[in-house]
Amino acid sequence: MVSDPLNTVSEDAVLFTAQDPLVFTRGGQLDHVEVRYETYGHLNESKTNAIFICHALTGDAHAAGHRQGDRKPGWWDEMIGPGKPIDTDKFYVICPNLLGGCQGTTGPASINPTTGQSYGLDFPILDMRDFVTVHRRLVAHLGITKLLAVVGGSLGGMQALQWALTSPSDMGSTVIIAASSRLTAQNIAFSAVGREAIMRDSGFSGGHYVEEGTSPDTGLSLARMMAHITYTSEGALWKKFGRDPQNTDLAPGFGVDFAIESYLQHQAETFLDRFDALSYLYLSRVLDYFDPFAEAGACNLIADHPIPALVCSFTTDWRFSPRQSKRVVSRLERVGVPVTYREIEEGVGHDSFLLPISEYLDLVAAFLNQRFEEDAR
Amino acid sequence: MTIRVDFSLISSWIAPKSRVLDLGCGQGTLLTRLESKKSCRIQGVEMDTAYLLDAVKAGVPVIHMNIDKELDLFEDSSYDVVILSRTLQAVHHPATVLRHMLRIAPIGVVSMPNFAYWRNRVRLAWGRAPVSKDLPYAWHDSPNVHFGSTLDLEDLFAEMDLSIDKCVPLSASGRVSKMPFATRNWSSGAVLYQVSNHNQDS
Repeated sequence: MVSDPLNTVSEDAVLFTAQDPLVFTRGGQLDHVEVRYETYGHLNESKTNAIFICHALTGDAHAAGHRQGDRKPGWWDEMIGPGKPIDTDKFYVICPNLLGGCQGTTGPASINPTTGQSYGLDFPILDMRDFVTVHRRLVAHLGITKLLAVVGGSLGGMQALQWALTSPSDMGSTVIIAASSRLTAQNIAFSAVGREAIMRDSGFSGGHYVEEGTSPDTGLSLARMMAHITYTSEGALWKKFGRDPQNTDLAPGFGVDFAIESYLQHQAETFLDRFDALSYLYLSRVLDYFDPFAEAGACNLIADHPIPALVCSFTTDWRFSPRQSKRVVSRLERVGVPVTYREIEEGVGHDSFLLPISEYLDLVAAFLNQRFEEDAR
Repeated sequence: MTIRVDFSLISSWIAPKSRVLDLGCGQGTLLTRLESKKSCRIQGVEMDTAYLLDAVKAGVPVIHMNIDKELDLFEDSSYDVVILSRTLQAVHHPATVLRHMLRIAPIGVVSMPNFAYWRNRVRLAWGRAPVSKDLPYAWHDSPNVHFGSTLDLEDLFAEMDLSIDKCVPLSASGRVSKMPFATRNWSSGAVLYQVSNHNQDS
């Protein structure tokens, strides 16, 4: 066994039980919620160096480091690790698979222990606040009372925002990257088509495909292919694929002929191996309804407890554009939150937040290190 | 970076615990000082990304934005003081920015390099664009887009019906000028003003 410089720990924890069920914001409850999480680095004695990572729509608990047998490292390996911006030599990093997910944490495809069948569409409708409820329970489970920071990109950034609004005293700061405080009509439209593709697939079987032994692979593939286009930019796709043929020459017809077509197919295939259609429905729907600033008194708590916020966007991101990030900045600034905002000009669209863009990584490192030193004072 | 001499003067004008917005805050040096010495609630704005990173390292909250286009982000009367320290000459629409400044706060602190400083006049008389401590850039590589004099700026304040509540000429090194006040348009490297809207209740 090779020594692991990240000191990775991967665990499953039962965080809610029949005696202490998870009550959902929009109704319903679960008597058994299990959460898969990974931690990296070491919690210091004063427990002041913990950073909580919230993952995006299709992420998982494996944020960093190489697992034996895996081709690729964790999804945020550029950000997390020894000497990286979220330096595991300095910080203790926690990343769970989120509620409703399909990589170890209870979700709609999990087996309901009372029925012995998958929850399917009987799983309660999820809300951003439910993610926060479960995250907070995990933090308590780990014996931590205050996080140095909550950090997330995309849907992860939205969790960080929600958490900062509803329980600001849990954290010393919040980092919201490539996110939005509410989806635009265009965002919702893309989500809707993805879900339609899944639910209209006969393999969906009304959400009970686990029992039926079917699988809405076509629908989930289409949803992924389309969503993937929104995660990148026109320029990035052009640079990577241009009009290149998949094989030596173009062979006009209806098969997969252009390199970009083959790439999308590959994206869809690998996605089918790791993701569940019901999780896709439930999680993507959370984004559609997310609109925290629309609630009366949404900023009351953070106004009383103004923790520093870092908001970061990418010029080429047209899914959650800089304009959407600036809305977050403006809402936080006007209630007295010390806000740092930076728009990064490099990038390849929404997925830029996962990439090694030095100006972006340097900014996150500078912000977190300063917070850590400030706290130590 | 060394503490700019005029920062101590600006700092002396600002009441403790003020909410201060610094438009063009650079590395956040003035704001850091106002936070530690005056317990101010600080917020910076900066376009230059290298400065912005330095400000973040110093613990200054700073928003990356275009002052010419995006000051709408700040609400009316949401700060006690807005600072425009050597920023105005680098924005495209100084009058619009000044209006925003006094929309956002009742008090504005403004300084601008004086293009009519005598050394600049000499450079110009010799047929060369001024390069000095206050205007350290080559003509083709300057973030400055306006080259007004101290009197030009005072004219703009008058046109906009702003009242000059304080006015301190500074030497080229940024210290309070020892020259007679009336000579400020040629003897000062810059002038520091505190301005407010006329006719406000106070």
